[in-house]
Amino acid sequence: MLEQGYNRSLYAVMFNNFFHRLASPKHFYRIAGAWIPWLAGACLLLFLAGLYYGLVVAPPDYQQGDSYRIMFIHVPAAWMSLFIYMVMAGAGAIGLIWRIKLAEVIAISSAPVGASFTFLALVTGSIWGKPMWGTWWVWDARLTSELILLFLYIGVIALHSAIEERRTAARAVAILALVGVINIPIIHFSVEWWNTLHQGPTVTRLDKPAIHLSMLIPLLLMALAFKLYYAFVVLMRARCEVLARERSAGWVRELVE
Amino acid sequence: MNLNEFLHMGGYAFYVWTSYGIALLVLVVNILMPLRQRRKLLTDIARRQRRARRTP
Repeated sequence: MLEQGYNRSLYAVMFNNFFHRLASPKHFYRIAGAWIPWLAGACLLLFLAGLYYGLVVAPPDYQQGDSYRIMFIHVPAAWMSLFIYMVMAGAGAIGLIWRIKLAEVIAISSAPVGASFTFLALVTGSIWGKPMWGTWWVWDARLTSELILLFLYIGVIALHSAIEERRTAARAVAILALVGVINIPIIHFSVEWWNTLHQGPTVTRLDKPAIHLSMLIPLLLMALAFKLYYAFVVLMRARCEVLARERSAGWVRELVE
Repeated sequence: MNLNEFLHMGGYAFYVWTSYGIALLVLVVNILMPLRQRRKLLTDIARRQRRARRTP
């Protein structure tokens, strides 16, 4: 009994120690710097594999011809636009509740990357829509809610840059991000709740995916590449944010010299 | 499959390559932005330090 309790508390101390170190800006800056090249390298390899399988190996679609290849950009970008928003809101909430500075940093560093992927999902969807639907844009539920997501990201970025004091800005941004979470299930279920021109899900359904393996493989490769891309770019941004916040700290002075 | 056929994309060349081109642009810009910001921050902090040292 006693030993078990001791072991458990030892693990708790080790666990806390790890996170305490990681959450300290100085260590985060160093650890993130070490991770970035590896993440970027793995991301590049996945991109090359995904592009090869998506553009060369996968056969044309029997209905959409080669135009469906836009999917390998469009779908992972759309997935990332939702995923990054949840990371941003989650990190914002952690920052609000436990006052962890690093969570605030991750939240605000995620916003531009998330906005980029949302923009990419909208633009590639539009380019794909033109030959398939005959129009660049329709105000259907999926497209409209995704556009609102872009405005939410832009709102977060604008709010953060409008408030001088960084911690106040982080708190305001977290609240805005959390309110905007309501939009995420709306985007996801929009194709089921409303009668949309946008097609329903083909991969993320409960029964087996309605997509052939030769098309699923490049899709998943690209999705993984996009995830790693987000990971290393958000770390690059977070390092900048940490530097800006800690500009007068001793370790930054040593770093500059 | 020859190169021309590949670039032609079954008649959808404009749509496919525009999408991939914009994607590449967005991804590259997102890498360049923090690189530039970091360089700017570091020179800015260094300049501030030199100034602080000069004024006793």
